This record gives sequence, C-alpha cells and structure tokens, in this order.
Amino acid sequence: MSQGQNGAELRLVTPGSAIGPVSGRRVGTGALIQGDEIIATRVGHVRERHGTVSVDPVASCYMPRSGDLVIGTVIEARSNLWFLDINGPFQALLPMSLAPWKVEFGGTRDHADINDSLLMRVQEVDEVQNVVATMKGIGLRRLAEGAVLNVDVQHIDTLRAEGAALLKRLRDLSECRLVLADNGRLWADGDAAGIDWLRALLRAVAAAGRSDRFEAILDAHAANAPNQGDA
Amino acid sequence: MMGGYGDVKLLNDDGTRLDGRTVDEMRPVEIKAGILPAAQGSAWVKHGLNVAVVAVYGPMEAHPRKIQRQDRAVLDVRYNMAPFSTSDRIRPGFNRRSREISKVTAEALESVVLLERYPRSKIRVEIEILAAEAGTRCVGITAASVALADAGIPMRDMVVGIASGKIQDTVVLDLDKAEDNYGQADLPMGICPNTGELVFLQMDGDLSIEEYNLATEYNYKAAAEIHEIMVAALKDRYDGGEA
Repeated sequence: MSQGQNGAELRLVTPGSAIGPVSGRRVGTGALIQGDEIIATRVGHVRERHGTVSVDPVASCYMPRSGDLVIGTVIEARSNLWFLDINGPFQALLPMSLAPWKVEFGGTRDHADINDSLLMRVQEVDEVQNVVATMKGIGLRRLAEGAVLNVDVQHIDTLRAEGAALLKRLRDLSECRLVLADNGRLWADGDAAGIDWLRALLRAVAAAGRSDRFEAILDAHAANAPNQGDA
Repeated sequence: MMGGYGDVKLLNDDGTRLDGRTVDEMRPVEIKAGILPAAQGSAWVKHGLNVAVVAVYGPMEAHPRKIQRQDRAVLDVRYNMAPFSTSDRIRPGFNRRSREISKVTAEALESVVLLERYPRSKIRVEIEILAAEAGTRCVGITAASVALADAGIPMRDMVVGIASGKIQDTVVLDLDKAEDNYGQADLPMGICPNTGELVFLQMDGDLSIEEYNLATEYNYKAAAEIHEIMVAALKDRYDGGEA
C-alpha cells in the first residue's frame, strides 16, 4: 500500500482483481461490474468518491475529448488538410478552414510541414473516434521554438492540482516558458540547460510510474536545476 | 502408444522426474514488468530455462487502413524465437509455427482485452523468446498479459499460460524439454485466474478423461501460483513491492 496525498491508504489493484461487492455503488473508470462484484480493469489505485468506485491507472494512453488542448505533430499534409499525431490511438485532422492562416488549396505545406508541432484544440470527436482539431482560438499556433517533451498522461492531473503548483515550480526551476497539453506533451521554451533538466526530470518520473512520487522526484532534481533561487 | 517414446525413461524409481521435481511441481518462475523504456508496456519472464521478453505498443492508428475495425481495436501479436534461443540455430523470420502461435496467442488475449474501448486502432504485442526449453507459447502468453497490464490496456482479467502433459503413463505438470520431446501428451492452457475461464486450449497426444481432468487440475493450481508472481511483479514496479 502507498499513501495518498491526504494520508489515506491507496490500494494497488491489477486487472481482474476484485475491488468489492457492488452493493449500490456506481462504477467509474478503470473498473467494471462482473456478477455481484466490482473488478479492476487496469493496474492502478482504487478510489471511492461519492459512491463511485474507480481505478486511477498508473499507466494509460491519451483518449481525445472535445475541447482538449493538444500538441500535435504533422505526419501528413494533403491539399486541404493536415493529419497530426496527437499521442493517442487516433490521428487528428486539421482542415485548412480551421487553420489560423489563409491557406490556398495545395499550399498546406507552406504553413505547416511534416514534423512541425502545432498547439491546437480538439473540436470534435465522433463515435468512431474521428478527431477534428482547430487552431482558431487564443494562443493556438505553430510551435516554432522550444522543445516538445513527453509527460505520462496520468501525471497531468498531478501537475495541474492545487492551482498548478507543481507546474509553476517546474517553470521557475527550469526558467522556461511551459505549455502543458492534455495529450501528455509539454512545450518548453528557454535555455538548453533548462530543457535538458526538464527532460531528465520527466524521464525519472516516467521510470517511477507513480504520480504521488512526482513531488519527491522533483525535490531530488531541484539541486541540479538552472534556477537555484527561492523556487 | 501414440505420440510417445515408451522406452525413454523420464521418471525416477521414486516417482520423481529427471530434474528432481514431483509430478505436480512447476519449474521456477520469475517475472519483471516495465523493463523496456521505449515500449508502453513490457515484461520479462523466466520460466525454467525459458526466457521471454514482451513489448506492447499502442493503442495506435491501425495501418494499413484495411485492417481497421470500426467497432474495436485489432490485437497484432507477433511471436518470434530468437535464432540463438535453441541449440540448433533458428532461421530468422516468420515461419508456420510462429504464425500459428501468434494467432492462438492473439485469440487468447482478445478474450480479456477490452478492445471495444479503442475502435479503429491497433495494439502491437511483440513476443520474443530469447531462450527456449519447452512451453514457450505459455510463457509468451503470461509475459504478454503482464506487458499489456503494464501498458495500461484495460482487461477483464490477466491470462496465465501453463501446460501439463503425460510421460510414462503419468500426468505431470509443466513439461521440460525432454518430457516434451519424449512424452506422450501435452496440454497447454490459457487460464484467467480470477474468473477461472479457459481462453486457450491445445492438446498434442492422447489423454483419457481422467488424465485430462487431472492435467487441468494441475494447470489451474499452477496458474494461481503464477498469477501471484505476475501481480507481485506489477506491484513491485508501481508500488515498491508492497502488497
């Protein structure tokens, strides 16, 4: 067992493990009802809140939802649209009508070429997971500078918790501008030393696998951070 | 006697096997999860002298598009034995045996993976046998289950691969190489330890109903033991080994 943020014991379960009897409880993500029992479908920590039992997975992939802020990498440019890898099971398409530029038919690569990173929002996800993205919105743009780093999707809530306290610490310690996208990508713009430090930190967090260790790993890496001020 | 070599001695006079195991004793099993940093999920399994490494990638967009299923993901399993895995060098690449094992492994895992969560996508499972003794398909299934769980792929249960067989008219658990080569029958199974479901079954040789029941009983008992090791490996990776 490990300890949650409020000191409560977190129970780690594996797929197929019985969490407990249904007895009027609802089932959230990472669990399902089999007979009279709630069973886990993923490796993760059991959480029960307001009568809903769910499993916070220790590893998961990004599932796009409408409205998500995502960083996509262009993998294909057609005459009137782009296909982008959004770090999930499905590619997103960005039609030229939803791009922020005045694009002529056949001229998509003049604005965003293969391997370019774009900051976008998910406009629509249909029932067979066709994903349409848009770049019409404040701050949505092509990321011409900086680096795109990977963050495990299950750590995003941890980074954003308590008014994004951890993300602010990362920003202060690395002296980089940061944009954390919902699809497990972090855009960092600053000195190479700051970006390298961030990359090493995120690699260590990924190896540990657990969100509740993020802060401890950050504390351990803080001594090597570019900014040694009062951050 | 079908499928056997009756004159090869595989049991000692005291009823134990040539490697000293009792008839219902399994070879030692070790499992580690999350050993490959590049993969979404991975596992290393040592079962006796068998060693398997499995990597799971995805879910990812399924290509070519003709393999996509509109209502569920495709499980793309590739089982491969390394050229150095046996004393006789194995020619690299797919062959009939590896295709068959890839197919049956995929079908066993499809029974538990919630594929409907990822329509149009593909989950790639790469099983590499680094050292082979006997029962590599079972080791591959066990390792693939741990790797899928490590990758965060939702599953109803995990699958444990284990085999029993018959040597010198005696049913034994977990055949080693000599027993597999010179025995009379082999009964590999894929068992869901929590639900008790049987998701994979093959039989090579002949078993009576009583022998089949005994072999099944041995397999279920061993599956429960292996499942504990699988769970411990995942807990070791994510919870520092605490139960």
